[in-house]
Amino acid sequence: MASITRAGRARPQGGAGFEMAVWYLIRLSGLALFVLALSHFSITHFVSDPAEQTSQWIFDERWNGLFWRTLDWLMLQMVIFHSFLGMRTVLGDYLKGGARTAVLMALYLLAFVVFVMGTVAVMSMPVGLVP
Amino acid sequence: MLLRYRGGAGMIAWGFHRLSGVAIWLFILLHVLDIWLASANPGLYDNLLEIYASLPGRIGEALVGAALLYHALNGLRVIALDFWPRLTRYHKQLWYACWVVFFLVGIPGAYLIVAPALGLPTLRG
Repeated sequence: MASITRAGRARPQGGAGFEMAVWYLIRLSGLALFVLALSHFSITHFVSDPAEQTSQWIFDERWNGLFWRTLDWLMLQMVIFHSFLGMRTVLGDYLKGGARTAVLMALYLLAFVVFVMGTVAVMSMPVGLVP
Repeated sequence: MLLRYRGGAGMIAWGFHRLSGVAIWLFILLHVLDIWLASANPGLYDNLLEIYASLPGRIGEALVGAALLYHALNGLRVIALDFWPRLTRYHKQLWYACWVVFFLVGIPGAYLIVAPALGLPTLRG
């Protein structure tokens, strides 16, 4: 069983469980983000330019249809899973006991807030913005 | 963490992965906030966009892009080593390959991001 590598966190031992699910989810969402996040960054910086991306532009171009809104919402979910589970690993390495529990609870609450804010943004970009 | 422990390439690859990951997480918090503003308060978002599009803002974006690119490339390396453990023998070479791609993609990329603020030409003219 060569389950320990020098590169990343070792695969949890002991069969299926929460930690194993997290271990796989980090890697699966990482693969998805390799495509989604890098293409997102390329589109917003190389194909387009941040100077053009006003709120009006987002409404008229970027989110003018279900496709991009759906894709960006998918990316939001992947990035929340990946980044917050990653932060869970990082913070768990440096904290223990009650402080660890309290900080991780705050982290999960923040993840929920970020999910709600992103979802509200992608779904409710106001139609009334365009005159 | 990175300067005192002489752990070699594997340790530094891990340290950079962790630092870039935390940096990207912080940017995600800012980025979801700004996109939320685009819907909730478009005027304020447009003001924030002017900061993003300024020279210091663009240098910051290039740094976010660098963190993202390193984390993505080294992340693929981690996944490859996890699922094909025999590759571990070549973990250093794979890390050096990450850096080759990082600079080949990153240097032109950083130029394209910063160029508009300096009046230099880009792919869009």
